[in-house]
Amino acid sequence: MGALAELAGDEKNGEGSRTFVFTNEGHTLGNALKTIIARYPEVDFVGYTIPHPTEQKLHFRIQSHRERAIDLLKRGLEDLEALCDHTIDTFQTEMNNFNATTTVENT
Amino acid sequence: MPKTSQQPLLYMEEYRVKQDPQDYGLADEVFNIDIFKQKLKVTIVRNDEEGLEFDLIGVYPAIANAFRRLMLSEVPSMAIEKVYIYNNTSIIQDEVLAHRMGLLPLKADPRLFTYRTEESPENGTEQDTLEYELKVKCTRRKDASKDQSTFDEIYKNHKVFSGHLKWLPKGKQGQIYTESSVGCIHEDILIAQLRPGHEMDLRLIAVKGLGKDHAKFSPVATAYYRLLPLIKLNREVSGKDAYLLQSCFSPGVIGIDENENAYVKDARYDSGSRNVYRYSHLADAVTLARVRDHYIFTVESVGALKPEVIFIEAVKVLKKKCRSFIDEIEAE
Repeated sequence: MGALAELAGDEKNGEGSRTFVFTNEGHTLGNALKTIIARYPEVDFVGYTIPHPTEQKLHFRIQSHRERAIDLLKRGLEDLEALCDHTIDTFQTEMNNFNATTTVENT
Repeated sequence: MPKTSQQPLLYMEEYRVKQDPQDYGLADEVFNIDIFKQKLKVTIVRNDEEGLEFDLIGVYPAIANAFRRLMLSEVPSMAIEKVYIYNNTSIIQDEVLAHRMGLLPLKADPRLFTYRTEESPENGTEQDTLEYELKVKCTRRKDASKDQSTFDEIYKNHKVFSGHLKWLPKGKQGQIYTESSVGCIHEDILIAQLRPGHEMDLRLIAVKGLGKDHAKFSPVATAYYRLLPLIKLNREVSGKDAYLLQSCFSPGVIGIDENENAYVKDARYDSGSRNVYRYSHLADAVTLARVRDHYIFTVESVGALKPEVIFIEAVKVLKKKCRSFIDEIEAE
């Protein structure tokens, strides 16, 4: 697929600083991922930008001096995935409970 | 302050929004999935013809906003994408007519179809395409007498409705679906008006698509969230002032008891108006606030998918995005 790439220019800065380029992504994933990665104590800086509104590209910057940027990105994605799983589970159980109670009321 | 840790508040003062001085949650809370699991709560409030209302409690603004954005523009649905116009002698122009056809909501469940790809043939396959036809011709009613004057009495087919659309099963589709499971949701959408001699003969192709490509593919009519309002009365308000206070808020928010004392009945459906601050003698009586992490979602479906399904599909889309990028990182 090749939707994820790295921006050149960080070769001298070690493995902690990288700008990742997501193609076909926008604020939906960018901001959600940013808020999660920003809350890791290992991270010095995280931010994202969409350089041009008509280009479907998301630049995602991570800086850390304790961990590799790619590992932090992966951890962020895994946490966001787990968050989604848990949201689906919680929502589904609540929906089932709700449907059960309302059908009882209607009969 | 144990109270704020349970319900982080944002105060709405007369000229500004103030954070709770004890609340640092937005700025430097460490993210941990286990803490998130403890905090997240979902409550279903209402699920009827008007839509689904549920509370999502304990999430970051970005997460709530991601879910909203996903529902609007990244959950697929089926819509008419191509219109072959064999004949159109009505006064509505071909391109306008084609656009109107595209906006018709279809009942077809998008989860049962695939996206059209570059490889799929020009006319599509039975997995990715639905076909319809619209053949209407307006004629004069022969039996109408001279003193009849309404269009319904003198013309036949002078109004084209979405109900005139006929589904053409492709391949084995006829065995799997029925007209009512893939056709138009509403039969009474007025498409055009005709006069005797006017005719329409169209073939319509519906495909699966995303709201970010065109709004007609959006599965929701509206999907929005707001923060739970909280109103506190700091002192007793009674008599005339109680009624004045009541008029400052949305109906049903402030109640008045038998002693003519005002009390907060239900702040949930308050509009968040700061009208009270116009009355200097009432301004100190109330504290207006919103609960920072309590999102009230309202989802109204167009009709193809139930609102609860749309929400779950939206979260699944985000999950799939994450998964595909994780896989890509691991493959390197």
